Amino acid sequence: MSSINGGRRCAACKYLRRRCSEDCILAPYFHPSNPHRFACVHKIFGASNIARMLQHLPVHKRAQAADAMAWEAYWRVQDPVYGSNAIIAHLQHEISKAQNELQMTRAQIAIIQNFQHQQHNQIQPNQQLQAFWALEDEPFVLPDLPHL
Amino acid sequence: MGGNSPCASCKLLRRRCTKDCIFSPFFPSDDPQKFAIVHKVFGASNVSKMLQELPIHQRADAVSSLVYEANARMRDPVYGCVGAISYLQNQVSQLQMQLAVAQAEILCIQMQQDQPLTHENHQQQNMISPHIDNSLLNPIPQLMNFASTSNVGQDPLKRESLWT
Repeated sequence: MSSINGGRRCAACKYLRRRCSEDCILAPYFHPSNPHRFACVHKIFGASNIARMLQHLPVHKRAQAADAMAWEAYWRVQDPVYGSNAIIAHLQHEISKAQNELQMTRAQIAIIQNFQHQQHNQIQPNQQLQAFWALEDEPFVLPDLPHL
Repeated sequence: MGGNSPCASCKLLRRRCTKDCIFSPFFPSDDPQKFAIVHKVFGASNVSKMLQELPIHQRADAVSSLVYEANARMRDPVYGCVGAISYLQNQVSQLQMQLAVAQAEILCIQMQQDQPLTHENHQQQNMISPHIDNSLLNPIPQLMNFASTSNVGQDPLKRESLWT
């Protein structure tokens, strides 16, 4: 695997000061150009833990798993008490706020639409009245009476 | 504590539980699974170092968050907590869109009330963009293409709270 890096050691092996073998499980996911990424992962999970966790996964899932662990480690380094939990709490709070705002906005729409509907209903009786008075202009014709 | 029975961590690590054992306040012997999961994901020595670097009054919260993350990773070995974060980010985006639509609808209604609907101002209404509440924009990076491999991402945090 070290041939992927052109014969150079991966960030993990460089950090651990060991030879980077061709089948190094960490090499595909910890490029030497980003040493900080592995440093975070090593601090939080430990090299052997992350290697073991990756080994237990199918190969096509390992890149995503390594990325996810790198993110978790990074957030934990930034916030040693809450780590990624702080982000989750923040997002939950944002969702709650947005849901409340959406509910209020929809309630406003319902109120406005109801008011408009009521206004529309108030106009119609007047229109009917106007139609009635318009009959004044037409000659009054007696209906045909039935023969008794 | 170390006086009577060893804490869950010292029991698992098969060592003597001393009076100043850093784990014992947070990993009682009656809940061995809690430490087992944390040890499996992070490793006892890493957890010990992390706790030692924190002031005492923050350690309980740190342990709770580590347990939460370890549990998430056990449930979802690929994405762990990141799956939940990705799911929540999507929810925020969807709510932002719904809110924008609702706010646009209010604007339309208000404009119809102010002006009778003619062909000209009907076209004008379509060009107005509603005000979007920027407080919904989260400061964390958007995690693209993170999807959960398990149920964690689908309903990650509705069923359980962060802190037990």
